[in-house]
Amino acid sequence: MTEPRAANPLFLPKSRLDDLIGQLAAAGFEVVGPRLEQQAIVYGPIRSASDLPIGWTDLQGPGSYRLQRRGDEAYFGYVVGPHSWKKYLFPPTLTLWHARRTGDTFTIEESNDEPPRRALLGVRGCELHAIAVQDRVFLNRAGQFTDPFYAKARQRLFLIAVECETAGGTCFCTSMGTGPQIDDPLDAHSAPRRGRHAYDLALTELDDGFVVRVGSAAGQDLVARLGLAAAAPEQIAEGRRRVAAAAQAMGRWLDTTDLRQLLHRNQEHPRWDAVADRCLSCTNCTMVCPTCFCSSVADVTDLSLENAQRVRKWDSCFNPEFAKVHGGDFRPSIRARYRQWLTHKFASWYDQFDVSGCVGCGRCITWCPVGIDVTEEINAIRAADGQRRLD
Amino acid sequence: MEGPRACPTPVKPAVVRVRDYRRETHDTFTLVLDPPATGGAAFRPGQFNMLYVFGVGEAPISLSGDPGEGGGWVHTIRAVGAVTRALARLRPGDVLGLRGPYGSSWPLENARGRDVVLVSGGIGLAPLRPVLYHLRRHRAEYGKIALLYGARSPADALYLDELRAWRAAGELQVLLTVDRGDPSWTESLGLVTALFDRADFAPDRAVGLICGPEIMMRFTQREFAKRGVADERLYVSLERNMHCAVGFCGHCQLGPSFVCMDGPVFRYDRIRTFFEIREA
Ligand SMILES: Cc1cc2nc3c(=O)[nH]c(=O)nc-3n(C[C@H](O)[C@H](O)[C@H](O)COP(=O)(O)OP(=O)(O)OC[C@H]3O[C@@H](n4cnc5c(N)ncnc54)[C@H](O)[C@@H]3O)c2cc1C
Ligand code: SF4
Ligand code: SF4
Repeated sequence: MTEPRAANPLFLPKSRLDDLIGQLAAAGFEVVGPRLEQQAIVYGPIRSASDLPIGWTDLQGPGSYRLQRRGDEAYFGYVVGPHSWKKYLFPPTLTLWHARRTGDTFTIEESNDEPPRRALLGVRGCELHAIAVQDRVFLNRAGQFTDPFYAKARQRLFLIAVECETAGGTCFCTSMGTGPQIDDPLDAHSAPRRGRHAYDLALTELDDGFVVRVGSAAGQDLVARLGLAAAAPEQIAEGRRRVAAAAQAMGRWLDTTDLRQLLHRNQEHPRWDAVADRCLSCTNCTMVCPTCFCSSVADVTDLSLENAQRVRKWDSCFNPEFAKVHGGDFRPSIRARYRQWLTHKFASWYDQFDVSGCVGCGRCITWCPVGIDVTEEINAIRAADGQRRLD
Repeated sequence: MEGPRACPTPVKPAVVRVRDYRRETHDTFTLVLDPPATGGAAFRPGQFNMLYVFGVGEAPISLSGDPGEGGGWVHTIRAVGAVTRALARLRPGDVLGLRGPYGSSWPLENARGRDVVLVSGGIGLAPLRPVLYHLRRHRAEYGKIALLYGARSPADALYLDELRAWRAAGELQVLLTVDRGDPSWTESLGLVTALFDRADFAPDRAVGLICGPEIMMRFTQREFAKRGVADERLYVSLERNMHCAVGFCGHCQLGPSFVCMDGPVFRYDRIRTFFEIREA
């Protein structure tokens, strides 16, 4: 996570992935990565390579997700599932503080929830970018505010990126400039508007092992302990070829030209009414999105009324309570809520954080129960740029 | 408008004591609080605190006292729901949680040497009162000062004795109106915008500060525009749902702005596009 080293790529045989996992565990990391659970690939504890979804892939389309056997034994032969890594940095539920009555006053103690040191195994290019996007939200915000839990959890991460070699049916990372290839952190300035990113190790999967690139001093230490040999030029070339093939097969495309201005100037476009007819305001898209950061707090007490706590939970701009104040609701219609979500992600985010709020992972398309597709909605607005609803 | 300043407590409130409680109207009251030990009592007019009642919840409430006094922190609050009603039950000696001050402030620097027109409705006078204290304290630095204030009824009007005393002292023009009068009411009747014809200011050198219900702010902007006060010289304070006050929770967004940290006070021309979009 500190100074990147421009070392030559190494080779990790598949039989030695368990050594890498073991070294991380020995160094005090909780290793988490992709697992098969309830017919989906989700992120959870990984004790050995056998916990990985070996030989499985995910077939994704608007409103549909299905697992299928691959014809091979690929370890990371899927795309992304309904979970994102944000649950480890920005947990779905978090107690912020406890308050206790003492005599005629009360005291407030910040919650001492300590995030563990975690190694994330299998972070995709889009997901590295998503973490970098949330860094801009929660760390040193406007030079003033830092979320204390996020900062601690983030500092304790070890990131093992794995490049995609299978393009998903709903992905558009090539449009957003976030994948499938994982750029060397040394080249990160080549995508200045899309967020910095860094990894400790970046893996490219081959049939019998992984080409390993080192992105940090911590990554360097780890590979030194494993004593890996240099990757052969043919292995490096084969990895490049596979990732390039995934880029060619990308499921979706989004024209991002002037996207911010396009959406800002089309706030009264009739397409918002058309999408509101289909949208159920179910919040799925915001829950699965790796960059969505909205939350609510609830202040709760125990039965004795002596102890209180403030609990923060993920919230969504689709929830009916979201924009209410006493005496009114600023966004009563689904049309306005959908417009808020889409224009925030693809337009206001640039104003706020100088980066796109979307990294093109496709989750919101896959997990929308009615298959609403952000790329299709935006393309429709672009195709009829400037049209206004009647009223 | 001046930008926000650093706050040492992004999520955890400090525990402070109520120094004084004063009933203002049938549903509105003022609390004077001991400022937290750390940080002192400094705030800029227009900023707000998050006030927490043990076990009940938190609400954003503007500072409404004298920014130059260095005494307690003053909050005037209308009891409308769970948190504000619980705040209404506090009395001197009681404790509550407080974090802040947060947000941007009214443009007192830019307004120097200009006429200042303050237009407010209902509880919207509370966030403007620190401006009035400041203007009185630095009276010579400003041109003409006019306050246009509208309330629903005489029983709802805030700070009447104080406003009338200031008027009697000849320091500023105070124009008051209510929607519905009663036999004792000797001031105007009708909307606050109807007071404009009597307001004494020079449009070419005036700054307008507006706080009240959004519909009232829209009509007020039009009155200013009719008289030639450009949007660049108008400031509004907006209310939105706020859970964190530090730009994390997302609830208060209006287009690209986080009302809690980019506002609540905005120069009108900078928020106009989104303020004028319905349900933005
Ligand atoms: C910057 C700013 C300054 C303000 N200054 C003042 C002032 O000086 N004086 C004054 O009287 N008022 C002021 N207000 C308004 C005041 O904050 C609201 O009246 C108050 O929040 C109402 O809360 P309540 O619980 O009493 O009311 P309720 O009616 O119970 O709640 C009001 C609404 O807020 C929503 N809500 C917001 N936060 C929460 C939460 N944490 N949990 C659950 N629901 C929530 C609810 O959906 C509900 O619809 C200000 C508001 C803002 C944004
Ligand atoms: S908006 Fe959709 S495609 Fe973009 S990052 Fe969020 S979930 Fe992924
Ligand atoms: S767009 Fe789809 S996923 Fe998002 S709220 Fe609407 S129906 Fe739910």
